[in-house]
Amino acid sequence: MNHRARVNPIACEAHGMCAELLPERITLDEWGYPIVDGTPLQDWQVAHAIRAARACPTFALLVARERTPPPLRGRHGERRG
Amino acid sequence: MSVNSTLTESPAPTGQPAPAALPRLLVGVPLRGALSLEEHIAIHGPLPATSGRGRRRARERAALLIDEIERSGLLGHGGAAFPTATKMQAVASARRRAIVVVNAAEGEPASRKDRTLLERLPHLVLDGAILVAGAVGADEVIVCACESAKEGIESMARAIEERAVAAERAPRVHLNAVPNHYVAGQESAMVNYLNGGPAKPTFTPPLPFEQGVRRRPTLVNNAETLAHVALIARHGASWFRQLGTPSQPGSALVTLSGPLADPGVYEIEHGASLASLIKAAGGSTARTHGALIGGYAGSWVAGELLNGVALSNEHLAAHGASLGAGVVLLLSERACPVAETARIARWLAGQSTRQCGPCVHGLDALATTIEEIAGGVVQAQAGQRIGRLASLTAGRGACGHPDGAVNLILSALETFEAEFAEHARHGPCDRCARPPELPMPARPVSQESTRGMLARR
Repeated sequence: MNHRARVNPIACEAHGMCAELLPERITLDEWGYPIVDGTPLQDWQVAHAIRAARACPTFALLVARERTPPPLRGRHGERRG
Repeated sequence: MSVNSTLTESPAPTGQPAPAALPRLLVGVPLRGALSLEEHIAIHGPLPATSGRGRRRARERAALLIDEIERSGLLGHGGAAFPTATKMQAVASARRRAIVVVNAAEGEPASRKDRTLLERLPHLVLDGAILVAGAVGADEVIVCACESAKEGIESMARAIEERAVAAERAPRVHLNAVPNHYVAGQESAMVNYLNGGPAKPTFTPPLPFEQGVRRRPTLVNNAETLAHVALIARHGASWFRQLGTPSQPGSALVTLSGPLADPGVYEIEHGASLASLIKAAGGSTARTHGALIGGYAGSWVAGELLNGVALSNEHLAAHGASLGAGVVLLLSERACPVAETARIARWLAGQSTRQCGPCVHGLDALATTIEEIAGGVVQAQAGQRIGRLASLTAGRGACGHPDGAVNLILSALETFEAEFAEHARHGPCDRCARPPELPMPARPVSQESTRGMLARR
């Protein structure tokens, strides 16, 4: 269960809440936009990350469990490649 | 600019009867106007059947075309060189009925190849679009052309009309003009625009192949890529591979500009030498500082290295460059590379769609720093500041624009290091005041053109 944090740069308006609430993973650049460490979160960090995501005024911080992409299949189920 | 059908370096014929040599796409290209449907069929033969009787046959044929394209090794010609078959498979395996978008937005200011295809060879592009539509199960094709390509739009509209008379179970084909700015041709920006939004990139996922135009799985292919598909479907993968390199087979359209006797759009074999391309264009008319390869997201190759350059991504990687959308721009020695870079950096900052903070602020700060160096007004540690700004800007936008712009700026600083150092010490040179050589369309990303909900059909 690898969780990762990621920012939607279009939604982000540099409020900076995430860096306050998840300083272990997020720092701010000189314009106030978050620089996010995108490597898998450690277990104890997940709850903090989710709290930071909920606190973001524009919902720009995303915390998602990694999903493994399904194998490519043909239009009607036949395997390709 | 002219259109030229040229250049075979090492055709390596293997005894196949089909014409393996160049020109392929540009065979029979008229000097003016477009090839009619009749002329097109006379040159290339009729469109190979995609839909047989019964759904089963149609499905088999579709899978066959995707397999053939996979074997051909065709890579996308829009700039990213992504394997075309992989994209098709992803769309074909989606459940909902798909849509095919022909990308001829060609936001790259120095590129003319896609508008040339629309203008002169619209049926080749339509062939490819109809073929991939059949293969991925799409019932609709949307051709997107840059609003500034008036002649291309007119000739494509006529071609679609010609087809409408003949079509039986072909997909519906629409033509759409998209705004003329740098980022409008980015996949998600184009899909966003077709959905009634502004022509600005969106946050992904979902990618267009998952959920694109009208939330349907959408295959976005560059116009030239589809023209190659039209020929692969007719002559096969092994024919296609007779030109080019093993990792980048086939030919490519290249827009060559700069101080040349005959600049224009040329068809080359991947791996052809830059020297042979320049020779085909009548040779250069002035000494050059170097060549910008891959457009405004591309890289510079210094003048003294140009003789050894081969035009394939594998080879160009050694120079930190790639062919991109097939743009090669020579900069004459009359121009000042520092002043040119400062102008381009400012232009690229202006082409940001201003959605992502790091792109807006980072590109602006980079442009300012370059302008300061060009003017000889240098803050302390300007070099370090550029390095830091570059790392704060690249990779932090929703699309690849900041990455491409940073790549170009860093490449210019490295290639023209001596000139930059000279300007930093002594200020502007005599050549700084000369008119710009590198093209920059005057029109910025105006809010008007990108707000969306324009009359489009």
